Amino acid sequence: MTDEVRIYVEEAPGQRREVVAPTDMALSVMEVLKASGYDIQATCGGMALCGTCHVEVLAGPALDEPGDDELAMLESLPVMTQGSRLSCQIRITNRLDGLVVRLMPQGT
Amino acid sequence: MTNSISTDICIIGAGPVGLFAVFEAGLLKLRCHVVDALPQVGGQLSEIYPKKPIYDIPGFPDILAGDLVQNLMRQIEPFHPTFTLGERVERLAKLEDGTFQLFTTDGTEIFCKAIAIAGGLGSFEPRKPAVESLETYEGGRGVYYMVRDPETFRDRRIVIAGGGDSALDWTIFLADVAKEVTLVHRGTTFRGAADSAEKVQKLHEAGRARLVLSSNVTHVHGQDSLEAVTITANDGTAETLPVDAFIPLFGLTPKLGPIGDWGLELEDDAVKVNTLDYSTSVPGIFAIGDINTYPGKLKLILCGFHEAALMAQGAYKYMFPDKRYVLKYTTVNGVPTL
Repeated sequence: MTDEVRIYVEEAPGQRREVVAPTDMALSVMEVLKASGYDIQATCGGMALCGTCHVEVLAGPALDEPGDDELAMLESLPVMTQGSRLSCQIRITNRLDGLVVRLMPQGT
Repeated sequence: MTNSISTDICIIGAGPVGLFAVFEAGLLKLRCHVVDALPQVGGQLSEIYPKKPIYDIPGFPDILAGDLVQNLMRQIEPFHPTFTLGERVERLAKLEDGTFQLFTTDGTEIFCKAIAIAGGLGSFEPRKPAVESLETYEGGRGVYYMVRDPETFRDRRIVIAGGGDSALDWTIFLADVAKEVTLVHRGTTFRGAADSAEKVQKLHEAGRARLVLSSNVTHVHGQDSLEAVTITANDGTAETLPVDAFIPLFGLTPKLGPIGDWGLELEDDAVKVNTLDYSTSVPGIFAIGDINTYPGKLKLILCGFHEAALMAQGAYKYMFPDKRYVLKYTTVNGVPTL
């Protein structure tokens, strides 16, 4: 089994950048995106408390359902779509290979 | 009347690093005034996660964020710092004698010899929904992002938007104050406090507040001030409602804010500093904590504390270039008072 997965960030419609994420470091998608240079504030450090790592899952493997804390935070944001997730709450595992996400705007 | 304050160091930001900077400056017998845009001290620790434990503060295997703030406040008591809370520093001017004059959003003037920016990720500002022309009605013309004085809304028709605790709490409170209250929520359920959600539902059933679910405020209308909002349901149907005030409550998000316009050298929205003393590109202005950047920067409270200690030494030397400073240990000398 490989110890890394590939996730894709849709930076513009039809324009996706591949990000390689290790599966053996217990990282979250937020941490991987941040380490890859994406402008994510993640103010609360990954506690589902600030909503500043909001992403939209566009395609890829089925994810575990969001927990109550994540849903509570998502529902308090101005914009939420069917694919909305807090990237800090998605752990990098082998099952995530091929995940496609888009960074959501943080409002004006 | 303008509130005017005079101090040695003005610390911008009352987060943990800003508070500890008061201690380090106090050891050098420097007076501090602290300004923060939030109405309480503690920065992120108070605003976002007061009940969460922190595990990497030396000497504390774990400590709740809120308790750390309380401890820091206790630690700086001997130095009698003064505070301006709920106001943001908008502008600064360097005076001819090398000192500074700062101006806050509410007109407070602060005269100081040095500035320490401990602004964290910036000032916490309201998260605004993407509604066209919303800004046209800001500044008292009908769009409010927080409720400072509920009396502003007495006998007025208001629409609140949001699904968090603030939206629920203010709907409940303002139902007794305003003429009409409508709460618009994008979802169908509230995951805030169950008790608050239940109260709002009861107010709705009693006709004292209107609850519009699965909907968003999508348009605002009016000439000089707000006159109506359009609420669009998830199924596309829309209604336009005459209102006097629209209050979107979607939480706060940090923004660099006016600091970005002060002529400081920046890199990726952070202030570049010299790690010798955490001075910025403008003599007399220092930057510590999450707001600064330098090679090897780690955004940890721990590192901010270290930076605060070196900053205080640097600020002292800036203020008193001719005085010789000798490092003193608190274990030997105790903590002086101001």
